[in-house]
Amino acid sequence: MTDPSTYISHLELGERDETFLDSNELIINMGPQHPATHGVLRVILKLDGEKVLGTECVIGYLHRGVEKIAENRTYAMFNPYVDRMDYVAAVSNGLGYCEAVEKVLNVEAPPRANYIRVILAELNRLASHMLWLGTHALDIGAITPLFYTFRDREEILKIFEKYCGARLTTHAFRIGGCLYETYDGFEKDVTKFLDFVTPKIDEYEELLTTNRIWVERTRNVGKISGKECIALGVTGPVLRASGVRWDLRKAQPYAAYSEFDFEIPIGQNGDTYDRYLVRMAEMRQSLHIIRQAVGKIPEGPIMAKVPKVIKPPVGEIYHSIEAPKGELGYFIVSDGSTQPYRVRVRPPSFVNLQALDMMVRGQLVADVIAVIGTLDIVLGEVDR
Amino acid sequence: MVATLKRQFGSGISEASTYLGQNYMVVDRSLIPEILQVLRDQEQFDYCVDITAVHYLTREKPFDAIWILYSFARNERIRVKTLIAENEALPSSVSIWPTANWLEREVYDMFGIAFEGHPDLKRILLPEGWKGHPLRKDYGIIQQDQEWVQKNLGIESGQ
Repeated sequence: MTDPSTYISHLELGERDETFLDSNELIINMGPQHPATHGVLRVILKLDGEKVLGTECVIGYLHRGVEKIAENRTYAMFNPYVDRMDYVAAVSNGLGYCEAVEKVLNVEAPPRANYIRVILAELNRLASHMLWLGTHALDIGAITPLFYTFRDREEILKIFEKYCGARLTTHAFRIGGCLYETYDGFEKDVTKFLDFVTPKIDEYEELLTTNRIWVERTRNVGKISGKECIALGVTGPVLRASGVRWDLRKAQPYAAYSEFDFEIPIGQNGDTYDRYLVRMAEMRQSLHIIRQAVGKIPEGPIMAKVPKVIKPPVGEIYHSIEAPKGELGYFIVSDGSTQPYRVRVRPPSFVNLQALDMMVRGQLVADVIAVIGTLDIVLGEVDR
Repeated sequence: MVATLKRQFGSGISEASTYLGQNYMVVDRSLIPEILQVLRDQEQFDYCVDITAVHYLTREKPFDAIWILYSFARNERIRVKTLIAENEALPSSVSIWPTANWLEREVYDMFGIAFEGHPDLKRILLPEGWKGHPLRKDYGIIQQDQEWVQKNLGIESGQ
């Protein structure tokens, strides 16, 4: 491994001729094998006592070269790979990719497929937020929410499993629509889940929202303003918690989102507590969207007319969706052959993680854990 | 908007068009970064979504550098594209959008395009000391830096 001192040049550290014991400043490594970094993230911290003077993220431990793989696979063959980026929100990844290829092919998924897509994507948003809540609370020291959220997330995974056979990396959608028709009792299962989970979200809130320890640990921690978010390219719940009412589902609706009525919850302070409240409100909005969709899935085909061999015309396209973490974009360059010439993934976690340094400067070491949790990163997507 | 920009930059904008409802323009290398600054300050493209590149092995200027921008006020996207030659550096846009920091590092890591004025230009996803830039078209999918693998992982080959 590289010596950490090679990384810290930009932290404006003076000459390091003194030993750490005499010095006021201390450089320590957090991770890569640290449970609170949610994967293999290494953060080099420059500390003065418990105060953070600067950080540097070292990433790439999970780099699999997804973009290079894409250039060597056909459009359809690359589809399952995208599930492995943000593996806790595989449905959203697949949705973004399928829609991007549909755009470059200039076809549109039929309405029935779009409804199924919305239902599954919103279920996945719930699953992703539940996993975030459980692990984020665990990092801060509240153990109970983890058991609650994982118990309830299980019900979502069961629906996925019944629909497409996989729980995590679902590969639920295909270019042009969906491969699988909904199974018998799909709508009943989803409705039953909605009735089951609605009071559960109140339960999570009861555990945390007015919990004094939770509030003390999260309020005014990792503050970021809306302006700073935009400058740093931060999107998703983090941006909304800073008071910017922007959600791609509303700003540039895709799939069937323009047909549903929902709100974009925002916060004011842009601190960890507000981000928590925004995500909780988003879970309720997701339930609201699914409830509207599940009763009126239109009849009709689930697959558009897409040729067996996908050969899009020469051109470039950028398409993005609102993934649970933020704006997930695909930039696809087609050279007219069966394989994409270039696929660029714009990963929300990667861009959001860049804000970590700004958010933790001047705060305590313990807050670094809280901020990593609140950014809701998935290292599979950061490193790709 | 295009008309205003064309008046300002003249023939530097070689193409400004729409493909499948998405706006893009191809500009001369010499207009970077002025045109990006103008897009942010005058046209309100305050959010830099992504910076990326594409490699065309046989072309005289083998790289496309692409900036994908979004304006909250207009709810519009635009792609700015410029062609650059091998070993030609680009001016960094970190001072325009701080988010460019990691995005430019990734382009450098994957394509070997240098950004002048970047505060900390080094590899981001691959280990330091890695040889080659994987997203170049002449970098094969099973090619790897064997020297690095042998030294750091203690195995003959990663294949």
